[in-house]
Amino acid sequence: MIKLKKILPPLALITTLIAVWWIVVVKTGSVIFPTPLQVVTGALELIEDGTLWEHISSSLMRVGLGFLLAVVVAIPLGLWMGRVEGAYATLNPVFQIMRPISPIAWIPLAILWFGVGNASPIFLIFIAAVFPLIVQTAAGVHTIEPRYLNAAENFGVSRYKLYRQVVIPAVLPDLIVGMRISLGVAWLVVVAAEMIALRSGLGYMIMDSRNAGNRYDLVIAGMIIIGVIGLLLDGLMRLMEGHKSVRWRYDR
Amino acid sequence: MTDKIVIKNIKKSFSSGSESKAVIDGVNLTIADGEFIAIVGPSGCGKSTLMKMIAGFLQPDEGSVAVDGVERKGPNSNGILISQHGSVFPWLTVQQNLMFGLNDEHVDKASVADHYADLVGLKGFEQHYPRELSGGMLKRAEIARALAVKPEILYMDEPFSALDALMSLRIRTELLRILEEERHTVILITHDVEEAVHLANRVVVLSNRPATIQTVFDVPFAHPRKLSDPALQKLRDDILRELGIEC
Repeated sequence: MIKLKKILPPLALITTLIAVWWIVVVKTGSVIFPTPLQVVTGALELIEDGTLWEHISSSLMRVGLGFLLAVVVAIPLGLWMGRVEGAYATLNPVFQIMRPISPIAWIPLAILWFGVGNASPIFLIFIAAVFPLIVQTAAGVHTIEPRYLNAAENFGVSRYKLYRQVVIPAVLPDLIVGMRISLGVAWLVVVAAEMIALRSGLGYMIMDSRNAGNRYDLVIAGMIIIGVIGLLLDGLMRLMEGHKSVRWRYDR
Repeated sequence: MTDKIVIKNIKKSFSSGSESKAVIDGVNLTIADGEFIAIVGPSGCGKSTLMKMIAGFLQPDEGSVAVDGVERKGPNSNGILISQHGSVFPWLTVQQNLMFGLNDEHVDKASVADHYADLVGLKGFEQHYPRELSGGMLKRAEIARALAVKPEILYMDEPFSALDALMSLRIRTELLRILEEERHTVILITHDVEEAVHLANRVVVLSNRPATIQTVFDVPFAHPRKLSDPALQKLRDDILRELGIEC
């Protein structure tokens, strides 16, 4: 019942938006801009010939690999920067400079280094995802309360145990937030990254639909699908916040 | 009795900006093995700073702290600090917390942990997370985690200040019972004079900042002590008077 109450208002808003969109398109008699029905028909067309799944799985594969690569690099680096003052002082300024550079600006370099295969978009997604996660991880380590680190020091535990039972569990909630942000950004960048993709991906699909015959119904279908998948990915990451080893941070 | 801890003329100042402020200005104290020392003083006089130096978390600017004749350079598991705010890891269960300090020499860590959980009255809560415990239970868990590593010294920095009076009294009584069983040298920092005379063999009164030792009171009463005992009450009033409070 409570769930329904929460879901109803946004559902009503979305319905209204679609209705307004539909009415405006019909009233203005636009030839190029599609109605919601045309978007659905266009999407169904792609589902039937199987290309939609191909695009979705290509995009997910690239985002997945780029994001995974970012996690593998960012978490150890972030932990190290959080624990070692010198590492932080040295690396943080560099990352702060690299972070605001849009992944789109990296496209020429990506083509130069990786050509136009799968490696380029994966690289771009990696670039987009890695910096926020490094920053969040290091910040997470910095906010570990000194009393916990003091206690660990007091008991004289091994380095391994210090990381395994204190540092990592303490930053885990921040890691999850970092991964949520990072995956969100990775997915955000997929369209730009796939502008240089060969023949697949949702980004490619949007650009191709526009270029090959002004299929704006497919452009909008692609946009909506990206939005919905983004929401699902975020939901997936949020599930991790409910895990019992991080609940200490959320319910008190 | 042999000397356990020898504190020799330790000093500490903190600098804010260009000026340096002395917090501890020459404290000398010798603590015997198995002794229970309480340190009281006006609030903000540097009690916690003094404790951090004794426990090894902070190096004094001058002077030295020696334990068993060896100068202390840093904290170790020989003496465990129980801090005011508590440091039971919220992401580990009670049992995991109690096992935390145990090294690999212990064959069966879980049973050691459970023994100490039982000792402090946390039997049945081994698998609970700290957030599921009350403030008093958290304190017990923290004490049990310290006791589990069999430290020779317990450093207690206002451990009971966050508890209500009833719970504080109850845990103090239990602490005394445990100390009967397992002999530890204890240094307790407190602002509660009654707590000090209830527990300690000697009460050290610190002066205002920069702190030095103003007076040391002996508490020559055997346990169990009755807080209503007139002699104890008189001692309490003497200490309060020393702190500048007439009653």
